[in-house]
Formats: sequence, structure tokens, C-alpha cells
Amino acid sequence: IRPLQDLRQPAVSSKVFVQRDYNSGTISKFQTKFPSELESRLDKQQFEETIQTLNNLYAEAEKLGGKSYLEGCLACLTAYTIFLCMETHYEKVLKKISRYIKDQNEKIYAPRGLLLTDPIERGLRVVEITIFEDRSIGSGR
Amino acid sequence: MKNCEYQQIDPRALSVSPSSVQNHTEKKVQRLRRKWEVFPGKNRFFCDGRIILARQSGILPVTLGLIVVTCGLFFAFDCPFLVTHLTVFIPVIGGVLSLFVVTSLLRTSFTDPGILPRATPDEAADIEKQIDNSGSSTYRPPPRTKEILINQQVVKLKYCFTCKMFRPPRTSHCSLCDNCVERFDHHCPWVGNCVGKRNYRFFYSFIISLSFLTSFIFGCVVTHITLRSQDGKSLIQAIQESPASVVELVICFFSIWSILGLSGFHTYLVASNLTTNEDIKGSWSSKRCTEESGNPYSYNNIMTNCCVTLCGPMPPSLIDRRGFLPLVAASPATETELPPFPVKNDTNMCTKSTKDVLERLVRSLDSRGRCPPGAPKTTPVAVEISAAATPPAERSPPTGCSRQHAGRHTAAAPCPPFARGRERRDSFQSSNPAFRLASPSPSLSRTFILGEAPDVGFIPPP
Repeated sequence: IRPLQDLRQPAVSSKVFVQRDYNSGTISKFQTKFPSELESRLDKQQFEETIQTLNNLYAEAEKLGGKSYLEGCLACLTAYTIFLCMETHYEKVLKKISRYIKDQNEKIYAPRGLLLTDPIERGLRVVEITIFEDRSIGSGR
Repeated sequence: MKNCEYQQIDPRALSVSPSSVQNHTEKKVQRLRRKWEVFPGKNRFFCDGRIILARQSGILPVTLGLIVVTCGLFFAFDCPFLVTHLTVFIPVIGGVLSLFVVTSLLRTSFTDPGILPRATPDEAADIEKQIDNSGSSTYRPPPRTKEILINQQVVKLKYCFTCKMFRPPRTSHCSLCDNCVERFDHHCPWVGNCVGKRNYRFFYSFIISLSFLTSFIFGCVVTHITLRSQDGKSLIQAIQESPASVVELVICFFSIWSILGLSGFHTYLVASNLTTNEDIKGSWSSKRCTEESGNPYSYNNIMTNCCVTLCGPMPPSLIDRRGFLPLVAASPATETELPPFPVKNDTNMCTKSTKDVLERLVRSLDSRGRCPPGAPKTTPVAVEISAAATPPAERSPPTGCSRQHAGRHTAAAPCPPFARGRERRDSFQSSNPAFRLASPSPSLSRTFILGEAPDVGFIPPP
């Protein structure tokens, strides 16, 4: 008989979806409302901080300012061929966001049996939080 | 609105043999597949997912051909004369303009317009739960819509049955491409793609540069013929010497009106931060006298609107075409079962679309002897997400069709029609039959095909 610890596969209990907040228009922003399913696992403040940071990062990616206009004009003048060799500002911020999410997962969410999924993998529709049910007693993280 | 007549479909009309399907599903998928191979929309992918095109790109070759032919004739027949009589800058300017036009056109056609990937089964289930929970209240808005407030304006978000999610504002579902596209403008047959958030700036630069190019060529050709006829020859003689110029004149003359008109229209749209879709539907037509427009997305400043639309940050493609699918061993039980024939769900399918599907099915099976189009694309996507979730939509043999596609890197015309039909059917099955579905907005027939697909056209039986 194999002990459960060997499997090391926490069963997925449920998934919580944090939806988009469209009250400010079409910009990427997620609702900061604390889902009730996470009450037992996570502090409300930590959750809000995570989501707020994500919102700020997305706002930075989509910020309209001199730099983004310059990038746009330069792209237009080069007949948009410059995107073949250069990474856009948005893509740079997306990388920053995925690093942040990885960091948050390691420090805060994984120890509580949760997993944040990068919204870009869900088409920027939702922030998916997977709640793991920790069945194996010995291998608690 | 589709004509919905109830008609029994004869299962024997479908010449799919279950045995061949089973043989394919015995073998496991050996190599890593990219996400574009299982993309559920009606798009075609080339260069291993680098290039995306709508399924019907029929007029794009015509557009390209017209531009190339006109420019070619211009450089071959008019430029030599004009260089000697006027200046060498004429072919230089013409060359730069043509290059810009062709590049913009290709970028418009081959760029992902802002397709929203469909909701995963878990998300769809979660949304359904939320809709069911919020049903009972004194004021009952039409189901499958959500009202939100943007800049003190009430905006209705509609639920997309195909993509199983509430569409973000300004997003529309294109029936030709079977995708929800962000900031949907229109589906342009000339360009062979939808025009949306990500490729609107390319489209705009295409039509502007094309206006300049056609005007330039027109002017040059007129100058050419005038100069020729001034050398003591009559107009007829001049034309006989250079017949190509007449061809160019005709093409340019007829295209100038439409292209210039289109450029002007889109300049107005850009300045007021509107989309063709919103303008035609009159979403933000001013109801109050005090404000210019009720458009909540406008910055009320022409320069800002232009900069935002054309020079704003370039959002990334959300569909990740070239990403690899995680290798998940799909349960063979679900795969060997063929989709149940649409006999039982006839009330949910319109005759016309079913006939379409069957015709295309028979034709595709006859002409290419291809895989049974049992909606292969939708299944692997669902399976990949979580083994625990039982997606209601997936009953078809996926690997049969996909394996053949895996063999060819340039997937041309993947089996879309059946997939599309099935998607519609499955979405109805998953919806709560107690809901009375809202009537769709009337589809307007214009030159540009609007994306507002009549997702819902009838009430499902209780």
C-alpha cells in the first residue's frame, strides 16, 4: 500500500475567480472585493494588497503618456517593423507582473494552499485562485 | 434573425464512420502541440502560428492584386516618362507609399485583432452559478446581461454564449471569425480579418496611405497623359501610346471615392474615440443637448482621442498562439464517443445553419477525405485545464482530426463549421432552461459586416 505522502498531489478543492472591474472603462483592473471562499485561508488585507498591486502594474502598462506615444509614433514611422526586434513597454510590464505573481505565490499563497494564476493566461478576464485541499497529512507545505 | 424551422435531421446523411475515428484515438498524441492547433475560432494559422488570418480571406488577394498591379503599371509605364519630363522623386515617393500601403495591409490582415480567448469550463461554471444566484429580486433586468457604470454612463455587458463569458465593454462577437474581439470595429472583407483593438492603427494607416497613393497615382497619370498630348499630339494618340495609364486611371478613379470617404469616416471615428460598430448602432447618440456625445470612452479632446487610439500602448495578443499545450493524457472514454446527432437538440438549431453544416461536412469529406470534423478543437482545451472538471461540451473525438493537423504545419481550413454548430448547441444545453433569453439586436446589412452575432434568437423549451 502506498502512503499518501508519496503521491504529493494536493487535490483541487475549488477555484475562485476574481472578475474584472470595468467601472473605470476598458482598462485592465480587477475587483478588490474579498471572496468569501478565501476567508478561512487568507487575510483580507493581503488579498487586497495583491490585487491592488496588480491593478497598479496593469495601469502602468497601459499608461498613456509621452513615452508610449513616442513608441507608437516610432513604430508608425518604421511601418511597424520595429516590433519585430523590440519588445513593447506593455510586454516588459507583463514580465514584471508574472515575476510579481510568482513571488506572491512563493511567499504568501503557496504556504496557505492557494495558487494565483497569472491573468494573462486567462485572457486578462479573471484572476484565478486555486484552493488546494491538503489531504496528505505529512506533506503539508 | 435566422429562420428557425424545426426539421428532423436524418443521421444517415452524415457519412461519418465511427470505426475510423476509434483507430485514431487509440494512439496517444506523441508530440507537443501548440495552442493554435486547438484554437476554437474560425481562424487560419500559418508559419506555425505566427500569422493569423480569418477563415474567409477571399478578397484579400484581390486587394493585394489590385494594389500590386496598379503600382506595377505605374512604375513600368508612367514613371519613365515622368522621370524624364519632371523629376526623379516621383517614383521614389510612389515607391515609399506603395511599400507603406502593402506593409500596413499585411499587418492588418495578419495581426490578431484582439481576440479574447474563450472562458475555461471552470470560469463558465462559476459565471453560471453567479447568474443563477442573482435571479430573484424585485427589479429583474433581462438575464444574461450585466449593467455597469462607466463615467456615469450605464453600459450593458452582454453574455456571449459561444465564448461563455460576459463581454467586456466595446467587445463584440464576430460571427465570421467566431471570436469575441476587443474594441470591435468591423470585419473587413478586403483585408480578410476583423479590425479590432490591436490592428485598428494598422488599418487606419492602411487606408490613409492608400488614399495618398491612389491620389498620387491618379495625379501622376493625369499629368502624364496631359504632357503627352501637349507635344502636338491629340489625346487619343497619347492614350494609344500609353494604354496602361487608362487602366490605372480607371482603377484609381473608382477607388478614390470609396477610399477617401472611408478615410474621412474613420478619421471622424478616431477623433471621437468611437468604433464603426458603436457608430452604426447609435450606442452613444446624444440624448442630452448639453453634452456633445454620451460616449463614456471619449476624452473629449480630439488630440487625446487620436493619440490614444493610434499611438497608445500596443496590447499583447491574449490567445498565445505559439504556446505549447501541456501534455495531458485524455481519457479515452470521452474521445471514442461520437457527438450525438443533432436530432434531440433540433429545437436549438436552425435548419439553415444545420443544412450548411451538413453540406460542408459532405463536401469536405468527399473532396479531401479528411478527418471527421467532430469539433476537435474544443476538447483538448478543456481537457488540458483540469482533469477534475467535466466539461459539458466535450463529447467528440478530438485526436482524430488534430493528429492530421499535427502532421501539417500550415493548417488550412480546419474543420470549423461543425465545431461552430456544436458550440452553439452545447452552450444552450448548459444554460438554465428557465431563462427567457433576451432578443438580439437586429443585424444591419451594410458593406462592412458587423460582429454582433445573433447569439440568441429564440426561447429554449422549458
